Amino acid sequence: MLSEKAVKMKINKLQKRILITLLVLCLITPAGILLPMVFNAGDAWGEWSAQTLKDLIGYVPKGLEKYSGVWNAPLPDYTLNTDDASVVHQSGYYIVSGLVGATATYIVMLLISKLIIRNGK
Amino acid sequence: MHIPDGYLSPQTYIPLIGVFVATAAVAVRKVKNEVSARNIPYLGMAAAFAFIIMMFNLPVPGGTTGHAVGSAVIAILFGPWAATIAVSVALIIQALVFGDGGITAIGANCFNMAVFMPFVAYYLFKILSHNPAKKVRVYIAAFISGYIGLVFTALLTATELGIQPMIASTSDGKALYCPYDLSIAIPAMAIEHLLLFGIVEGIITALIVSYFLKNEPGIIYAFRKGGKNENQ
Repeated sequence: MLSEKAVKMKINKLQKRILITLLVLCLITPAGILLPMVFNAGDAWGEWSAQTLKDLIGYVPKGLEKYSGVWNAPLPDYTLNTDDASVVHQSGYYIVSGLVGATATYIVMLLISKLIIRNGK
Repeated sequence: MHIPDGYLSPQTYIPLIGVFVATAAVAVRKVKNEVSARNIPYLGMAAAFAFIIMMFNLPVPGGTTGHAVGSAVIAILFGPWAATIAVSVALIIQALVFGDGGITAIGANCFNMAVFMPFVAYYLFKILSHNPAKKVRVYIAAFISGYIGLVFTALLTATELGIQPMIASTSDGKALYCPYDLSIAIPAMAIEHLLLFGIVEGIITALIVSYFLKNEPGIIYAFRKGGKNENQ
């Protein structure tokens, strides 16, 4: 009994440590927008907007034009305001997006797991 | 590596949605049978980790950006089927809420990063490392599985993009979807992942596997599965 409790405690401690690590990672996510700025790097390959693609090849492919507006995400590009030029503000928006997205992902995955896993071992 | 809407033709994205849905259905059954309820919190954290790690865009100086995915380490720790579900949840939320990756491309993106990548990485790790006591070998195997897993996934993504000009063009030779063919897509995606993003994925995989080996070795799926005592 005691050992079982000890195992459980240890697991909880590790899980708590992982959660704290994930939270810290969320808080430093702005590195993911600042580093590309510092090193003058643009979009990921193959992820250009229709406008950027037009600048690259001179036209917007017809099918791409048709599909590219098919979905309006509530928080596009992990920001609350795409027009805000302030790097500090964008860093803040990025952190908020990270916290919102990671929390939603965590909760959805927990719910799915609880629904499908029936194995109590 | 998140393919946006409009880069893939329906002839490409519809079959990939089918393949992904079928694989996800198998994954649900597998996870139901082989994952203990005690590990549920870990699965939630694994999915959240995949979400967060993909926000760390890394620059190729003066060029493009890219990122690690986390599928390799999740597959080694919790199994490739659990990784399929966890990374899919992250990718679908990225597409729906943040517009990162297209809605029509959800099947393709999930197949690439949440099915193909965890399975490549997992079986590579299994081939390279069997014995958790040989620690250095475990770390090297983990690095290689993350590195090769991401590079191969980049090549698969590049192939899906690069075949578009062959599938659909207008009569005057203009592309309908992704305008770059294989001769451009493959080298572009291969080089950046070989030289930078793959290395980062490898390091992350090795570091986290070593952390679990030290703190919670019993949980590591890759060392529990496939042995003589395996029950499922």
